[in-house]
Amino acid sequence: MRFMVMVKATTDSEAGAQPTQELLDAMMAYNEELVKAGIMKGGDGLQPSSKGARVQFDGAKRSVVDGPFAETKELVAGFWLWECKSLDEAIAWVKRCPNPMPGPSEIEIRPLYELADFGEIVTPETAATWDRLKTEIGDKS
Amino acid sequence: MSASDAHRAIETVFRIEAPKLIGGLVRLTRDIGRAEELAQDALVAALAQWPQDGVPRNPGAWLMQAAKHRAIDALRRDKLLQRKHEELGHDSETDALAMPDLDAALDDEVGDDLLRLIFIACHPVLSTEARLALTLRLLGGLTTEEIARAFLVPEPTMAQRLVRAKKALADARVPFEVPHGVELAQRLASVLEVVYLIFNEGYAATAGHDWVRPALCEEAMRLGRILAERAPLEPEVHGLVALMELQASRLRARLGPDGEPILLLDQNRARWDQLLIGRGLKALERAQRLAGAAPGPYLLQAALAACHARARTAEETDWRRIAALYAVLAAINPSPIVELNRAVAVSMAEGPAAGLVLVEALADEPALRGYHLLPSVHGDLLAKLGRHGEAAAAFDRAASLTRNAKERALLEERAATARGAAATG
Amino acid sequence: MRFMIIVKATKDSEAGLMPSTELLAAMGAYNEELVKAGIMLAGDGLHPSTKGARIRFDGEKRAVVDGPFAETKELIAGFWIWQCKSWDEAIEWVKRCPNPMTGPSEIEIRQIFEAEDFGAEFTPELRAQEERVWAEAKKNAG
Repeated sequence: MRFMVMVKATTDSEAGAQPTQELLDAMMAYNEELVKAGIMKGGDGLQPSSKGARVQFDGAKRSVVDGPFAETKELVAGFWLWECKSLDEAIAWVKRCPNPMPGPSEIEIRPLYELADFGEIVTPETAATWDRLKTEIGDKS
Repeated sequence: MSASDAHRAIETVFRIEAPKLIGGLVRLTRDIGRAEELAQDALVAALAQWPQDGVPRNPGAWLMQAAKHRAIDALRRDKLLQRKHEELGHDSETDALAMPDLDAALDDEVGDDLLRLIFIACHPVLSTEARLALTLRLLGGLTTEEIARAFLVPEPTMAQRLVRAKKALADARVPFEVPHGVELAQRLASVLEVVYLIFNEGYAATAGHDWVRPALCEEAMRLGRILAERAPLEPEVHGLVALMELQASRLRARLGPDGEPILLLDQNRARWDQLLIGRGLKALERAQRLAGAAPGPYLLQAALAACHARARTAEETDWRRIAALYAVLAAINPSPIVELNRAVAVSMAEGPAAGLVLVEALADEPALRGYHLLPSVHGDLLAKLGRHGEAAAAFDRAASLTRNAKERALLEERAATARGAAATG
Repeated sequence: MRFMIIVKATKDSEAGLMPSTELLAAMGAYNEELVKAGIMLAGDGLHPSTKGARIRFDGEKRAVVDGPFAETKELIAGFWIWQCKSWDEAIEWVKRCPNPMTGPSEIEIRQIFEAEDFGAEFTPELRAQEERVWAEAKKNAG
């Protein structure tokens, strides 16, 4: 199963505070473990939402809203993509993570949809397109 | 949205659409310079109209329509001029020019204008430098100034180069088509070489340090991915994409905190980009499926890069497989450089003495005269064998040959270390 | 520049409502465009938060909380990772996306931190082709 593992933002991360060298080293060691375990499929940090934007969709309308965004605790500050056997395994790995922020913080784990999950509604053509795209962007399908 | 925001948004749409637009216009006018002018005219028309009416639902089609109208107007003007000339009894070379049916031409089954444009920009009538410049200009949408900076030449020189390239294509009356059969293989090789040269220009940073250069890596990868979509059955296209993705996956790990280069085997693999590695391995699989028993040079190099990417630690590197892959590469694409790389792999697989035999066999190779990596590898193997005095001399020589200041510092340091070891012997 | 493009959840997506066949086809076509333009590095949809979990960090403490989570509008329903030339380009591509949900919806664009480390890698490994073509390029320079 593939998971998206999200580090939630805090007032510190939204303020663009730099992590301490100590945390950086701990994170690097943790990432190394993930790579050696073969579960790491990608991961990055996001710049604060003040540098972000949102596009709102309503019928045919598209409006652009510039950041920063208010609901700090719900924003994403960083993420990984993992391949694990189960949600339990993903949870176990997250528990080993160094606290990613100076104060209290939160990491969210969400399983990704695989094409099989869409079942009935997928026409063969759409399935073929998705399959091909998955191959092309280097994802397992 | 302010006027300047609107302009920026329109220019962004234009940059996204420009390669396809220019491709279609080249098919129409058979003239790249003309096609670029018409595309610019279409942009001017969009800047005048879109801020009032909003961006059309299909901006690409709108721009094409606008450019086409201008092409037709220009042709009509030419015809009028021609008639005037005739009335005045002038000779005219354009007698044979019938008014082509542009509408019909445009509504024809277009096939793939973009792919045709890639092939024409990389045409063998052009020098390699001209191909690079033209590809970045037409397909990457880089400005002349950006291309000049990327290649460290003055802007007027680059502008000249682009003008000459377009003229050369016009003079040669290069047909605007995707080649077939035997010619396809040769022409494709030229396209892949251009893309990989652009990548390496950004990757190697052989001189200077500039923000434009990393962008070249990204641009080359984008071009490679586009090409893989347009020519999905060509194994070498996927091989090149795999090679670039895998090499780029290490970009973040190549420099230490003070900007000093870090050897591949010393790099922190946690800093390798797993997303790019996943993509690279996938592209390699595709290439291998398509190539079957006949792997090409890009595929083999990607397979080599994959050996490193798959090793979770430096100790896990499969040097025997790497040495074997270099042997295959040397068979289809013999070169002293490949031989040097094979020597490195053999020394890792079987020990420095085995590698040294291969390196010393290359000592008189004229192609490697002045190539700093030969004495540098030589020095490395000598040092491993405890022959520190000779190693120091080799590192000194390598330091005097490199074009890169940081590499020079590293080599000088190794020379000093070897001298120290020789003195304490 | 790399961007993470985040499709925000709605009541429907959180309820696990499947998209219509039309929307799925439109999304397929849009994704194809992204791939053809060479900008798409990754992209996926997420199961509703019912199937997710959160781990709260406080000092040495780790507390696991199972989904679903309440703040629907702030949850993520899907994402892409794109490589674009500029912010403007990323925004333009998002504008071209079919509305990912049945009702009003929102997509967030965030820039990914990049270590702009592009130095010279000091090893002959894998530089074979490069050096060969360099020599070619110099030969052809004229």
